[in-house]
Amino acid sequence: MDLTYTEEEEAFRARLRAWLAVSLPELPPKPDPLDWPGRRAYDTAWQRMLYDAGYAGLHWPVDAGGQGATPTQHLIYLEETERAGAPYVGANFVGLLHAGPTIAAEGTAEQRARWLPPVLRGDEVWCQGFSEPDAGSDLASLRTKAVRDGDSYVISGAKIWTSHAEVADWCELLVRTDPGAPKHRGISWLAMPMDAPGVTVRPLRTLAGSAEFAEMFLDEVRVPVANRVGEENDGWRVTMVTLSFERGTAFVGEVVACRRTLGELARTARRNGRWDDPVLRRRLGRLNAEFSALWRLTQWNVSESQSTGGVPGIGGSVFKLRYSHARQELYEAAAEVLGPDAVDLDHEWTADRLSSLSYTIAAGTSQIQQNIVAERILGLPKGR
Amino acid sequence: MDFRLTGDQRALRSGVRELLAGRFGRDALRAAVDREGTVDRELWRQLGEAGFFALRLPEAEGGVGLGLPEAVLAFEEAGRALLNGPLVATHLAAGIVPGAAEGGTVVTCATQLRGHIPHFADADVALVLYDRSWRVRYPKDLPSARAVRSMDPLTPVHRSSPDIPTAPPHPDGTLLTAAEQLGSAARTTEAAVQYAKERQQFGQPVGGFQAVKHLCAQMLVRTEVARSAVYAAAVTGDLTEIAGAKLLADEAAVRNARDCLQVYGGMGFTWEADVHLHLKRAWLRAQMWLTAAESEEIQADALASAL
Ligand SMILES: Cc1cc2nc3c(=O)[nH]c(=O)nc-3n(C[C@H](O)[C@H](O)[C@H](O)COP(=O)(O)OP(=O)(O)OC[C@H]3O[C@@H](n4cnc5c(N)ncnc54)[C@H](O)[C@@H]3O)c2cc1C
Repeated sequence: MDLTYTEEEEAFRARLRAWLAVSLPELPPKPDPLDWPGRRAYDTAWQRMLYDAGYAGLHWPVDAGGQGATPTQHLIYLEETERAGAPYVGANFVGLLHAGPTIAAEGTAEQRARWLPPVLRGDEVWCQGFSEPDAGSDLASLRTKAVRDGDSYVISGAKIWTSHAEVADWCELLVRTDPGAPKHRGISWLAMPMDAPGVTVRPLRTLAGSAEFAEMFLDEVRVPVANRVGEENDGWRVTMVTLSFERGTAFVGEVVACRRTLGELARTARRNGRWDDPVLRRRLGRLNAEFSALWRLTQWNVSESQSTGGVPGIGGSVFKLRYSHARQELYEAAAEVLGPDAVDLDHEWTADRLSSLSYTIAAGTSQIQQNIVAERILGLPKGR
Repeated sequence: MDFRLTGDQRALRSGVRELLAGRFGRDALRAAVDREGTVDRELWRQLGEAGFFALRLPEAEGGVGLGLPEAVLAFEEAGRALLNGPLVATHLAAGIVPGAAEGGTVVTCATQLRGHIPHFADADVALVLYDRSWRVRYPKDLPSARAVRSMDPLTPVHRSSPDIPTAPPHPDGTLLTAAEQLGSAARTTEAAVQYAKERQQFGQPVGGFQAVKHLCAQMLVRTEVARSAVYAAAVTGDLTEIAGAKLLADEAAVRNARDCLQVYGGMGFTWEADVHLHLKRAWLRAQMWLTAAESEEIQADALASAL
């Protein structure tokens, strides 16, 4: 049990902190949260700055173009960028946090060379085309079909809830390549260009009023067979790699952000007199213990992943389950601190309260995560 | 930074687990219940010989010379096994009260349970543990102490004399109690999972039903969150972290025992199943040193003072 940082790690932290101090003021003004093209431009500009400074793909392997940083350095990076108020990955989420790592782990040399550098440079943005109208939690029942025609697949079907599809260049797409096989066996993982003929994106309005996800209609879209990552019909295994990245590491940085928000809640409550309410005060106190523990759990999971070669274990499900609920609690408490101001949609915490509702649904619902924990960690029988 | 246990720490943990499995298995546990939780002096001496109480005493003073993280691992095992007796107080008294380190003296603490003293009748000495130090000691025949009927069959309790001063919670005592809660939470999770795999209804193990699975999954989540908090607090020794660790470990121990009881169904409501022993002890420990309300206030103070 060692929570101290080495001299080297502290030197890394100091370098990063100094760079953030000079670089962040150069960022353009923050775009409107509802303006996705604006957000893409902002997020990719930030990615480019990271790239130029040698911080892009910090935790990616060196042969994938990353910096090969240790998991501990990655944690330091998350702490420092959050502390400095640097932008979050945003539109680069899928490319940097799961499509990219999946290609790095499962792709051929040509595939890595084609797709990874533009993600790191902020030139290309990815989205995730997994869910379908009739295949959400039961992802393996997806029906979008891909039929081989020469050296292309011809794809027809529909995807849904595709986050920032409107502004993406590539899509990590799951398709059915063998309709006769058992449902987990006939799936393949493809990289689909979003500008291919036959791709139609129709934005969906979220309950927060924004259009951060979309429906995607695929009408005889041709994608080269060379864009398949992994073997034909072996896409489910590749998908599990993707999902382990999505659940394992993708939310980690947000814990630090929640801790900062909690501090701001306390400050506001002291200013507006709500702090004198012992029920609210204790509620904030409990959340402080909760988020401290979640950060420690992150350090635990990261330490554990050192023994699994960097692919996060299913411990990510334990984290995601607790974190998604804690985040919702945080914004419920924020509404109490705000009092009547909580009705103001322009208040950042009100918008965050709305978006926190998706955390127990997206990337696998809490019910599905509980099934995973029960069956794969605790070994309880699969059943009804 | 590598938060994982070191090889030595893993070895220590399995050593304590084996010792307790051999010396305090199911029969010994049930015998302790029948004795109404009185201390087994012979076992106490064996724990002393194994270094349980002297774990953190410097080697120069005849101790093992290990730190708070190692003590936390040992107390987690004690919590798993539901080992009874004033373990934390005697451990804290090693080096203060002669014979405590060796397990020859049974020491309780007069200021961990607000006007009540656990294991008072058995104890040779009752200490007032004050913050990180101790102030007063009482002989076992404190005249005004009166036995109460303890809810926990493994922890006899006396109502103490009104002139015993109150004292701020001892941080190490608080953390080691949290470690016992953690061990209990982990044990009830295992028990629930094992029962759910064996007990059949509607032609299948009840663990195949999602309602049961989800209870078990949440038990694991609570345990692992509490574990991260307790281990981290052991490494940093930070007072706020210790208060947070106690809060989360109390919650994990109590809620997990309740959920375990639910998974056991009617069997869970019997004296025969050990579940109630975990739950009662967890309730009792939740009252010790720091209550949930106090821990939450400490956390709130930390938030406010960081502004
Ligand atoms: C903000 C947001 C962004 C998203 N972004 C993307 C994206 O970019 N790409 C993408 O592919 N998908 C995305 N998704 C989709 C997301 O992965 C799915 O919504 C999620 O997996 C749940 O599927 P569903 O919506 O079809 O719900 P359903 O599967 O229909 O579930 C409905 C309810 O039934 C419960 N349920 C279902 N099956 C079980 C079961 N076996 N046991 C117990 N309960 C069960 C669920 O927990 C839920 O409560 C996004 C979703 C949201 C909310």
